[in-house]
Amino acid sequence: MTDPSAGPLITTSAREAVPGQLRAEPLLKIRDLTVTFASRGRATVRAVDGVNLDVAAGSTVGIVGESGSGKSVTSLAAMGLLGRRGVEIRGSVDFDGSDLLHMPEQELRAVRGREIAMIFQDPMSSLNPVLTVGRQITEILVRHRGLSGRQARDRAAELLQSVGIGDSLRRLKSFPHQLSGGMRQRVMIAMALACEPRLLIADEPTTALDVTISAQILELLRRLVADTQTALVLITHDLGVVAGLCDRVHVMYSGRIVESAPRRPLFADPRHPYTTGLLASVPRLDAPRGVPLLPIPGSPSDTLPWARGCAFSPRCTRQVDACLGAPPVLEPLALPSHLLRCVNPVPPQKLLG
Amino acid sequence: MSLLEVRGLKVHFPIKKGIVLDRTVGQVRAVDGVDLSVEKGRTLGVVGESGCGKSTLGRAVLQLEPITAGTVVFDGEDLSRLKGSVLRAMRRRMQMVFQDPLASLDPRQSVASVLAEPLRTHGEKGPYDKRVRELLDLVGLPGSAANRFPHEFSGGQRQRIGIARAIALNPELIIADEPVSALDVSIQAQVVNLLEELQERLGLTYLVIAHDLAVVRHISDDIAVMYLGSVVEIAGSDELYARPLHPYTIALLSAIPIPDPEVEDRRERVLLTGELPSAANPPPGCRFHSRCPFRQPTRCADEVPALRVLEGFPGSQVACHFAEQIAAGELSPVRAEVAAPAPGPA
Repeated sequence: MTDPSAGPLITTSAREAVPGQLRAEPLLKIRDLTVTFASRGRATVRAVDGVNLDVAAGSTVGIVGESGSGKSVTSLAAMGLLGRRGVEIRGSVDFDGSDLLHMPEQELRAVRGREIAMIFQDPMSSLNPVLTVGRQITEILVRHRGLSGRQARDRAAELLQSVGIGDSLRRLKSFPHQLSGGMRQRVMIAMALACEPRLLIADEPTTALDVTISAQILELLRRLVADTQTALVLITHDLGVVAGLCDRVHVMYSGRIVESAPRRPLFADPRHPYTTGLLASVPRLDAPRGVPLLPIPGSPSDTLPWARGCAFSPRCTRQVDACLGAPPVLEPLALPSHLLRCVNPVPPQKLLG
Repeated sequence: MSLLEVRGLKVHFPIKKGIVLDRTVGQVRAVDGVDLSVEKGRTLGVVGESGCGKSTLGRAVLQLEPITAGTVVFDGEDLSRLKGSVLRAMRRRMQMVFQDPLASLDPRQSVASVLAEPLRTHGEKGPYDKRVRELLDLVGLPGSAANRFPHEFSGGQRQRIGIARAIALNPELIIADEPVSALDVSIQAQVVNLLEELQERLGLTYLVIAHDLAVVRHISDDIAVMYLGSVVEIAGSDELYARPLHPYTIALLSAIPIPDPEVEDRRERVLLTGELPSAANPPPGCRFHSRCPFRQPTRCADEVPALRVLEGFPGSQVACHFAEQIAAGELSPVRAEVAAPAPGPA
């Protein structure tokens, strides 16, 4: 990285497991993040409940969960992108030494975009439909990097080229509706990369895309992390995407992390009934046919408030009396890097080959 | 004898221009010459990316889209020749399950009314309460659901209602267009299992259309892979996974992530470059040649490959000029380059 403001050089290789205690200071440090939505006349909703998260430069952290698990709200709250009304955010979000939650709006806006970028699931609703793609990319370059109009345009074309959009000078003049879904997502990625951010948050970046396009985008993200030491937070419901890309995976359920481990132990030895349930309910392309799927009973909305016990217990097949009453604690297992929030975990076994 | 036989099916949509003069300036060849057959009691999966024509194919089979050319023979009758009440009578034997259950259920209709509607339209005499309860029971919903409305249910439950409606008339063929893709991961398995269970209990024949090859492989006996309006490969589910013959199938299989790091790290990826070309202006010759990693200088760009059986691979059909050489490993894919982001100005 040529960025003079780059933090301490992290020497750990990208593929090495980063356990709970990091040798180097993590780039992003979320502590005890809690987000509560309140609206008049309705019960308050605690969407995120005491989440801790570390992301080091050059590493990829995955957050996995179903709709309503709080995975997206975690990232939005950390970036200060939730509205102020009716939302209460507590905890701390430390980005390279400064607290994002208590930063003045002006300063935060400078950090967002220049140092932290986000990619959202639906590129069409994140792009401005009445501005050309070129205008939207150059705007960032002019604002955050102080380039002149001409420089910005050349750089924008380079960026589009680098995310695999050919004929990029012509494409700069296109409007979002003239591009396909895959192209729009690439434009979003090009915008996110425009300022060479040190932290990239990708919220379901490939969910709306076809598999062959999705594979291209994931390869692009993988290269980005490996080549530029960018820290990547990948939010997804797709365990397959996580298995290929993430160094560390956090599984969220109903606002809390229920299991957290480096990817290999997580997939080789999943211990939370929710994690094993998720793995058993997706058909695997390489599984022999005729292996039945074991769905998780109920739906993600059948939850128990954490204060009254484990939120997953209404859907859990391993529920015991101890699951109810007090909330279970997130604590390390045999490996210090493998954290689990469950009183009756799935016995250790090689579930997957 | 197969229950459903599709021969040379083409669905072309005209591109119109002009306000006063209604000129046709081109055609979108959504489905362009598809041959398929489904045996009674079996499941055929149709996979492909968005825009490949798989949904149009499903709708055309049910005569919900005007057919440009070709025939759809259902149980010995050519549906494209039938009209009016005869076609209506045939329709009760084939039903459809849609992707988005909320969009395909009337928000102001109670579940009982949703489920009784097909019975009423096809002239069954009421009261329907008994049948409604039976249907709810079949799809695993409580009887009390009958008096509730679609918004009161979760996504998975809504899809169950959609399935109950589809089986209300005891159809023989069900066309399911992306039946699980709108659902949460843990719920998808519930619906997949329900579809399999109903097939066993009611002897249904399925045509399952989806983009998720893992799901399709799980429920289908045979799989047809579509690309830009035509079928490029048909094979048994196991064969297709074990020995993909068409370059597109090879790329598609390698692009699907598998939730296992050990497998993911070892896999060889065949990345495709570029995007799906427009169906209004498809590439000449083999339609896949513009993105094919195995493209050859001869034949690919100027000769349309026919779907054929390869020697040594009975049961599979593939539309590729060089399938033998690819299967024998004589040709190797051109590596797709994913450029790393270029460093910016200092």
